[in-house]
Amino acid sequence: MDLGLSEEQELLKNFARDFLEKECPETLVREMEEDEKGYSPQLWKGMAEQGWLGLIVPPELGGSGMTYLDLVVLTEEFGRALVPGPFLSTQVGGAIPLLDWGSDAQKKEFLPKIAAGEQIWTLAMTEPSARFDAEGVQMEAKADGDKFVLNGTKLFVRDSHVADYMTVAVRTKKGGKAEDGITLLIVDAKSPGITNTALQTIGSDKQCEIKFENVAVAKANVLGEVDKGWAVLNSIVLKATALECAYVVGLSQMDFEITVSYAKERVQFGRPIGSFQAIQHKCADMVTDVDGSRFIMYRAAWAIAEGEPDAEQLVHMAKTWCSEASRRVVAHGQQIHGGIGFTKDYKIQLYFRRQKMAELMWGDADFHRELAAQSLSL
Amino acid sequence: MDLRDSPGEAAFRKEVIEFIETEAPRIERGTRIEESMAKSGQWFRQMADRGWIAPAWPKEYGGAGMSVTEQFIFNEEMAMHRAPRPLHLIIGLGMAGPTIIMHGTEEQKAKWLPGMLAGTDIWCQGYSEPEAGSDLASLRTKAVEDGDDYVLNGQKIWSTIAHVAKWMICLARTDPDAPKHKGITYFIIDMKSPGLEVRGLTNMADTHEFNEVFFDNVRVPKANILGELNRGWYVGMTTLDFERSSVGSAIGMRQEVEEMIEYAHVHADEPGCTLKTDPNIRYEMTDRLIETEVGRMLSYRIASMQTRGLVPNYEASLLKVFSGELHQRIARTQLKLLGLYGQLKLGGPLSPLGGRWCHQYLRSMGYTIEAGTSEIQRNIIAQRGLGLARD
Repeated sequence: MDLGLSEEQELLKNFARDFLEKECPETLVREMEEDEKGYSPQLWKGMAEQGWLGLIVPPELGGSGMTYLDLVVLTEEFGRALVPGPFLSTQVGGAIPLLDWGSDAQKKEFLPKIAAGEQIWTLAMTEPSARFDAEGVQMEAKADGDKFVLNGTKLFVRDSHVADYMTVAVRTKKGGKAEDGITLLIVDAKSPGITNTALQTIGSDKQCEIKFENVAVAKANVLGEVDKGWAVLNSIVLKATALECAYVVGLSQMDFEITVSYAKERVQFGRPIGSFQAIQHKCADMVTDVDGSRFIMYRAAWAIAEGEPDAEQLVHMAKTWCSEASRRVVAHGQQIHGGIGFTKDYKIQLYFRRQKMAELMWGDADFHRELAAQSLSL
Repeated sequence: MDLRDSPGEAAFRKEVIEFIETEAPRIERGTRIEESMAKSGQWFRQMADRGWIAPAWPKEYGGAGMSVTEQFIFNEEMAMHRAPRPLHLIIGLGMAGPTIIMHGTEEQKAKWLPGMLAGTDIWCQGYSEPEAGSDLASLRTKAVEDGDDYVLNGQKIWSTIAHVAKWMICLARTDPDAPKHKGITYFIIDMKSPGLEVRGLTNMADTHEFNEVFFDNVRVPKANILGELNRGWYVGMTTLDFERSSVGSAIGMRQEVEEMIEYAHVHADEPGCTLKTDPNIRYEMTDRLIETEVGRMLSYRIASMQTRGLVPNYEASLLKVFSGELHQRIARTQLKLLGLYGQLKLGGPLSPLGGRWCHQYLRSMGYTIEAGTSEIQRNIIAQRGLGLARD
């Protein structure tokens, strides 16, 4: 029983932390909020050079050959540094689906380019109904000879406006259970008929509305099997959910560190406010929430990596907990900072806003709590 | 990172399970503690023979010398199998014993350790006073030198099982002029000493665990001083650290919640179960389960640190607060599940599960106060752990 990181993971974590501190400072994070693309091509190149974009891609396909758990460790550092851009999107929408479910041809075609930083991917799942369950996938793909024709709208899709490819969840058969009749398609994001509009979001991330108008997709671009895509999609989303937990743990940890630092420096009534018990107790509660989040997240991530039978239940449990614990952390972070924390110029709000994005992504606390309850036959 | 047992851990777990399944008495769920203790004499002797009555003690002192992870496994399996633990021996085995091992002379170890291990000597604690709870260092019980003895006058409170104890570990003031932390000495006191009187206190759960202990010119030999004169505070802190680091507090809680969920399923259609009538209760129970898993991981984190040779700092206080507050939330949810039937007390004819959850709801209110209040623990986390300045 060992909850610690391996030597390799420690190296990866420490290196990433230092790298991102230098290469992804607050100024870049703020700049990217206003930037149309939302990411720095220079930083993207740097991440490719570090082997991070292909972290879990096997070496023979140009990747670093590391594991999902290693990706989780790296993602926590991305959360800590609030790295803007389509890193997670590309892992969740590209690397993971292709590695776990792609055909040999699809893997050979796309993974080396992902690893080299030449392609950006994303997962297009949610629609205006804003649901993360099978019911939420209603956009139709009609079979037409050797292709599918897509019509409809996807909404809340991260980074699709800069993506080269998208893994799109479509409905290829109606009637019967919602879980039946879903197909995943690899779609060229620059296909005719696709229109992206980036939305203004609380987390300043680039979530988009995508309109599909008679978009043709070759049948060879099916990921997995036609009509049997829900199991594939669910498996991808479980991995994505645990990664989102890792991101929010890193974010919470940094918010907490900034806050404790502030409490030590800010003087009122002739002493640092961190010497007052009310503040100390909030800080104690923050570290409890951060530590608790990290370890329930590791529990779920490890279970996924090992293919444990309770992995799905643990992901629901972790996302329920991390969603609410992170909210408590950033709320204390705001409160302890007082007035300055409420300004746009001071950095703590950057964490507060992105926490909400992470809380909602892949289902909020109540969504996952319901699934956890069902898994307990409640 | 590996959440599975290593081969060595798995082998040890198997050994523990075999031992429990062979030797431990079968205790029905919901049996009162007094009853299960009464059935366990032979079982505790078996544990003592194996040294497992003192899992954390070094083998040279008659303990099992278990590593932190082994203690975890042992505690987990004991909880899972509902095997009785010698609760009356906890202060001796878990607190006084380790303190004597760390600070005692060879004579003191020879005098007191065997009785603890044999289970013949019950120990209690004389720390808190009416005017010295969280501010323990302000304690006033006086010890004045007189020949080969010290003479004690004063009063202790919240002494668990003092009414059946043979020995007490006691902090008393030997230098009233020194700064408060530096004038305290750690004494070991014979509970049969003339002038020592124990008066029981009944808690709001209607149980007699705690006592007041009055000292009226009680003579304590100098040989019963543990550590140095006036250095007792620091010896006493060792005891508290042992108390706080007791591994496995979070482990039994998952089982509690699973039992609650099972109860809900089994009794779903009865009036004494709100599963079908309270739309919130299934989410509450789900939350409790998630929280016990978080608690379990926070426990494993401490064991994992210790196995790697890291010394936990704020992590033990963090776990103590988390566990205590979670116990209270679990008790709240248990009563919610029972609806009006939740108020029926222990031992009543209509009381679901014999009123066990009603009793626990009351008893659990002590968990955030005893062994260091949640407020003090949060101060420790903030000051010792996060480096925030003292008030």
